[in-house]
Amino acid sequence: MDYEKLGLMMGLEIHQQLNSEHKLFCPCKTELVDDDFDELIQRKLRPTQSELGEIDRAALQESLRGLNFKYENFAKHTCLVENDDEPPHSLNEEALDICITIACLMNMHIVDEFHTMRKQVIDGSNTGGFQRTGMVATDGYLDTPYGRVVIESLGLEEDAARRVETKDGFTEFRLDRLGIPLAEITTDPSMHHPDQVREVAYMLGQILRSTNVKRGLGTIRQDLNISIAEGARVEIKGVQDLDLMAEIVNREVQRQLALIDIKKELTARNAEVLDEIHDLDELLEDTESKILKSAETIKAVVLKGYDGLIGREVQPGRRFGTEIASYAKKRGVAGIFHSDELPAYGIKQEEVDKITEFLNIGEEDAFIIVAHDEDIAISALEEVKRRAELGLEGVVEETRKALDDGNTEYMRPLPTANRMYLETDIPLFKITSERVEPIANNLPELPDVKQARLIEEYKLSEDLATQLVKRQEADMFEAILADVDVDATPVASLLAYDLREIKREGHDVSVLTLDHFKGIFTLLADGKIAKDSVRKLAVETIKTPDVDIAEIAEKSNLVMMSDDDVKKIIAEIVANNEGMVKERQMGAMGPLMGMCMKQLKGKADGGLVNKIVREEIQKLI
Amino acid sequence: MTYKENAENYMEKYGLGIGDKIKVNKQDISYTGILLDRPEDADDGYLVIKLSSGYNIGVAIENTTAELIEKGEKPKIGFGETEIPHDDSKQNISIVSTGGTVSSVIDYRTGAVHPAFTASDLVKANPELLDYANYNVKALYNILSEDMKPEYWVKAAEEIANDISNGADGVVIAHGTDTMHYTSAALSFMLKTPVPIIITGAQRSSDRPSSDANINLIDSVIGAKSDIAEVCVCMHGSLNDEYTYLHKGTKVRKMHTSRRDTFRSINAQPIARIQNRKVKVNPDYSYTKRGENELELNTSIEDKVGFIKSFPGISPDYIEYHIDKGYKGLVIEGTGLGHVPNDLVDSFKRAQDENIPVIMTSQCLYGRVNMNVYSTGRNILDAGVISGIDMTPETTYVKLCWALGQSDDYEKVKEIMQTNVAGEFGERSTIEDFLN
Repeated sequence: MDYEKLGLMMGLEIHQQLNSEHKLFCPCKTELVDDDFDELIQRKLRPTQSELGEIDRAALQESLRGLNFKYENFAKHTCLVENDDEPPHSLNEEALDICITIACLMNMHIVDEFHTMRKQVIDGSNTGGFQRTGMVATDGYLDTPYGRVVIESLGLEEDAARRVETKDGFTEFRLDRLGIPLAEITTDPSMHHPDQVREVAYMLGQILRSTNVKRGLGTIRQDLNISIAEGARVEIKGVQDLDLMAEIVNREVQRQLALIDIKKELTARNAEVLDEIHDLDELLEDTESKILKSAETIKAVVLKGYDGLIGREVQPGRRFGTEIASYAKKRGVAGIFHSDELPAYGIKQEEVDKITEFLNIGEEDAFIIVAHDEDIAISALEEVKRRAELGLEGVVEETRKALDDGNTEYMRPLPTANRMYLETDIPLFKITSERVEPIANNLPELPDVKQARLIEEYKLSEDLATQLVKRQEADMFEAILADVDVDATPVASLLAYDLREIKREGHDVSVLTLDHFKGIFTLLADGKIAKDSVRKLAVETIKTPDVDIAEIAEKSNLVMMSDDDVKKIIAEIVANNEGMVKERQMGAMGPLMGMCMKQLKGKADGGLVNKIVREEIQKLI
Repeated sequence: MTYKENAENYMEKYGLGIGDKIKVNKQDISYTGILLDRPEDADDGYLVIKLSSGYNIGVAIENTTAELIEKGEKPKIGFGETEIPHDDSKQNISIVSTGGTVSSVIDYRTGAVHPAFTASDLVKANPELLDYANYNVKALYNILSEDMKPEYWVKAAEEIANDISNGADGVVIAHGTDTMHYTSAALSFMLKTPVPIIITGAQRSSDRPSSDANINLIDSVIGAKSDIAEVCVCMHGSLNDEYTYLHKGTKVRKMHTSRRDTFRSINAQPIARIQNRKVKVNPDYSYTKRGENELELNTSIEDKVGFIKSFPGISPDYIEYHIDKGYKGLVIEGTGLGHVPNDLVDSFKRAQDENIPVIMTSQCLYGRVNMNVYSTGRNILDAGVISGIDMTPETTYVKLCWALGQSDDYEKVKEIMQTNVAGEFGERSTIEDFLN
């Protein structure tokens, strides 16, 4: 596809959880909780006055429908702030500093004063009915192989509560995630090629990962803004896999082109959506279609001039009808039936003919059927009509969800202008140069730079260097080697691999401090312990972190023997096997090494043992 | 306008006003947006700009220049008056606002939050109110709950009496929560009422979608239509948006700084619970029914009453000071069963000699005062101190203000204090009346 000719424009919005110790406005930990909750709180949210305008009972009823929520509380992990039962505490400065670091790495301008805002969100994911958010920096840039991309803004905000389920008119949320600090990064929509988007997303990821952010599934969320010249702006939420980015762009462009085509054809046909909702209950009284039979009512609308277009593919496996259906589904139906796909679903050709006749429609016309309870069917068909009519306008501005195959699905209309006002419970926060400068002067290395340097400087394997950086152990690694003159590989290997295993075995590796590590590797450097004993000594240290490392090594029997002692033991073993030596000559080396190492493992260096065994054998032959 | 000197001069220099679209140029960046007002307590030297994204930021004006891009309209917030339908089949409820904002509107252009005060504002913000009654809404005054003074109780009582004589079938008072229980006690003593008088408010401000204001207000109207002709506080009964309690005005207290269910009946149970728009009266409760009392207004009060909390090491000076300053009565928040250090007893004697009644309450809040158990208590009693029985210290304070308004005779005041005027004390302490 010629993206340039199509006028493809893309922007990225990235939400990244920060790894601060506490939440943004309360002292709760920033960890998700798998425990059973302690209490369930029941709440309602109510749109505020300005959304309502004139007295409109119906509008109010509609807006209150579905605004019943339950919140899972924890005595230990959440507090009254998440509950909306206590005013927010002051701004978490650690989170702010992480954002300042990110801003500096993206060449941004940091604001003089941070104002916490309330952004209205009444889907229940925020107990207050608003998300707290503020602008940290604006107008930065990244230089990419495809040119410069402007980073429009960097926000610091609260993550939302986790949705658990919707049942019996209540949507249930878990409060553990609510309030975890998030950095929100928005680029301008100036990217023109999917590969560039991928590159920018990758670079932003690298920048974020060089700072103190959360790792793992769900800790970073990438949204894509996309449009083509004749199309409309669509926001695609939740692009997890960077490798899928190009495919998503491709398929979205394809979808917009198809919708533009459909629009042109509809216009040429003078197409029209008829207002009336027809009742087919009597007509299809004897239907054998299980889906139709089991529904309370069967209703239909007529789309004049839509024949053949509803079944037209807009993305692989998704038709214009799928787009219409996704609107109807928001009103509680499982799906729709349209004339382009019938007969099917147990609906026979003769029934299709009967419907066609009953609705009095022509060859170019189409119909859509919904079977459900009366009010849901009507409300779903209203959405069908609305979406079908929007087909006459081409592409609709929407928020869509990224699917695993690269397709996207309708979620909701694009949000209108942000409804924001000042969070009066939190004082304005000045960001002084005294705060920014030390951060700006100590910016972290980007991961790939750091990795390359570790390989170069410490002669590490690429794999070890990658793991050190990925597991955020590079700083510890360098701190140990700054003080201890020891081979780098065992240090890296303990930090990058063994610690993870030790943790998996159930030990709390977080008790190990820099001093512990220095102690362990000093023993190694001094030849007091064997390389093989490092892991064991680390485990023993976790068990008694307050005891001197040398003492732990002693007690755990990890201290190596003196050369004389080693010699004595080996001499004895060799002497005991004199027969074998005589018989096999140097061929006895292997079995004897095995016997010696079995006895000396962890207490003597393998090289030394090898040397002595050889000497002892040679003495005999 | 709350901009201070430097910012104000800057704005004057560049001809900028609040609501204008402006551009501020810094050395390497410029910001364009709407100039907003600045919180009163914030520092000088910064402008508040609302960017097109909706975010506010503060811009330090030092070493910047500015330009006016477009004059803005002064933000105007109003709902405009609307005709509120009158339905003869419905009861007439008066809503009196005292500064607790039960409704407000947000102007998202500027972010300003405006309280709603008129009947039409209220009904617009809470259209479902129309289902339940006809409304007469009045903003009596607009003060913060903490700035409440005894003289305002008088004004409120008069207004309510006036509404009732004019045919109100029930009265709802919107009040800030901090001192709501003082006002509820004051109205309890000042008014004998034939109709319900319900005081309500919100712990979470009404500009937010999660506010408890709407439920509290609707339930207050339901309570005001009931046959419970008492002064009550109506607030959330739990952390859920599920039910509210009607607490007796003299037995209620704010017990948590921020929770929605902060109001609790102390040494008593709530009169009723309101859920799904229905009043469920506590079966153990005998309350005054609608029409049982004739309307009576008695607003004479004395506001020179001292309120002193005892603590380890408190000096007799605390008492002496109040006597010297001409206080007409004192309420003591004693420790435990109603004690103060023994060396205060002489000062109590002096108070009695000077015809100043001293009432003893307990900072335990729960349980009743009993000064017969320990010798200090007996000494305090001998010094003429009067027991506050099981009243909350706050209700005791309000009652003493009122009692001193009725009489300046020590014996008469003592008699009033020991008479149950408005259900302010109970005879029995039961196991369910603690931390409920």
